[in-house]
Amino acid sequence: MLDLFMTIFFMIIKVIGITLILLLLPVPLTWLERKVAGHIQQRLGPMRVGWHGLLQPIADGIKLLTKEDNIPIYADKTLFKLAPIISLIPPFLVFVAVPFGEDVTLFGRKTGLYISDMNIGLLYIFAVAGLEVYGVILGGWASNSKYALLGGLRCCAQLISYEIPLGFSVMGVIMLTGSMSLLDIVEAQSQIWNVVYQPIGFFVFLVAGIAEAQRIPFDLAEAEGDLGSGYHTEYSGMRFAFFMLTEYIVMLTVSVLIVLLFFGGWNGPFLPPIVWFILKVGFFVYLFMWFRFTFPRYRYDQLMSIGWKVLLPLSLANILITGIFLA
Amino acid sequence: MLLDYLPVLIMAVFVAFIATMTLFVSSLVRPSRPYPKKNQPYECGVDPIGEASTGRIRIHYFVIAILFIIFDVETLYLFPWAVVLKEIGLFGYIEMFIFIFLLLIGLIYAWVKGALEWES
Repeated sequence: MLDLFMTIFFMIIKVIGITLILLLLPVPLTWLERKVAGHIQQRLGPMRVGWHGLLQPIADGIKLLTKEDNIPIYADKTLFKLAPIISLIPPFLVFVAVPFGEDVTLFGRKTGLYISDMNIGLLYIFAVAGLEVYGVILGGWASNSKYALLGGLRCCAQLISYEIPLGFSVMGVIMLTGSMSLLDIVEAQSQIWNVVYQPIGFFVFLVAGIAEAQRIPFDLAEAEGDLGSGYHTEYSGMRFAFFMLTEYIVMLTVSVLIVLLFFGGWNGPFLPPIVWFILKVGFFVYLFMWFRFTFPRYRYDQLMSIGWKVLLPLSLANILITGIFLA
Repeated sequence: MLLDYLPVLIMAVFVAFIATMTLFVSSLVRPSRPYPKKNQPYECGVDPIGEASTGRIRIHYFVIAILFIIFDVETLYLFPWAVVLKEIGLFGYIEMFIFIFLLLIGLIYAWVKGALEWES
């Protein structure tokens, strides 16, 4: 009984810890993104608030906190207020099944650097990540504004279209490992990374992941030029901040999953595992930022044909080819 | 076993709590001076005409949604198959090959019928 109580106690501590880390991580990430943007475009980026603009995200946070919360007169008020929270929860839930390292000993108690090691880990991640669509479509529809509705529909169609290649592309990894638990998948890569066996799978996952995170070149949902700002056109203040927070956490999720599934997770020589993990994830986060300021945006019909006519057949072929070698 | 899924509930409640608290704190410090002109939906400064959410939506979005359902179910079939593929061997592989092949015909049909085209 006491043991069960302690387990649940540690579980709650871990949940709170990871939630707070995830809530605070977008703060340095927004700073980094603006700095990367600045230097790629041969300017300095934020410089005024704090040393090299380090306090800029905090100033932004205060600004968002004290902004008026506008609710359009024609909006469905309940759904309009609820949508940002609905979209905020699923990206956090994904991290319940995401491990950050193996067992460590803390305070004389062996504990894992993960909240829960589910045996259906990957399936759970895809199921929960899929729920994010609801926040987007509810937010877009409840605003009762043409730009928001169009943005919501576009975003929804994009998310569900790319979810399919995303799901298919990890199938090769599951076949190789014979398990859906992320711990097992990382353990199986202690010698050779999965990207060696699954280059097509990795490519499809990367492209579909960028689309799922709604980053350039696939940020059609908020295409500033032609949709105002997409499904969150009518949002302001903290509710707008929740949507932004969601996008950053999804980007982080995709980076973490790429590292866990294809790049050996925390496996690496010399350095401690957690350092390797952070380095690898950091590299992919940087890659996303790099893409954003390098590539132009696709047209919507191009986006759809990439998803359905290129990535989907490619990932299906990957499954069949991998299957032949393993069966 | 069930204990593996308890953190999901804890996390959902905790995140919802934090979000609500942030909105509450924000409501204490932010101004609130709404008037009808300000809270009109954004339409480039022009008075909005008609309602947006009456459901006048391009049919293509529904087609995409239906296609999504088909392939999403297929993904669900593939997950358990991929886990045990090494044990069931070639027989299981051929079975899944037939299944994927049938769905591929469906995709080709949708493609030929123009369900995947966004122009025009």
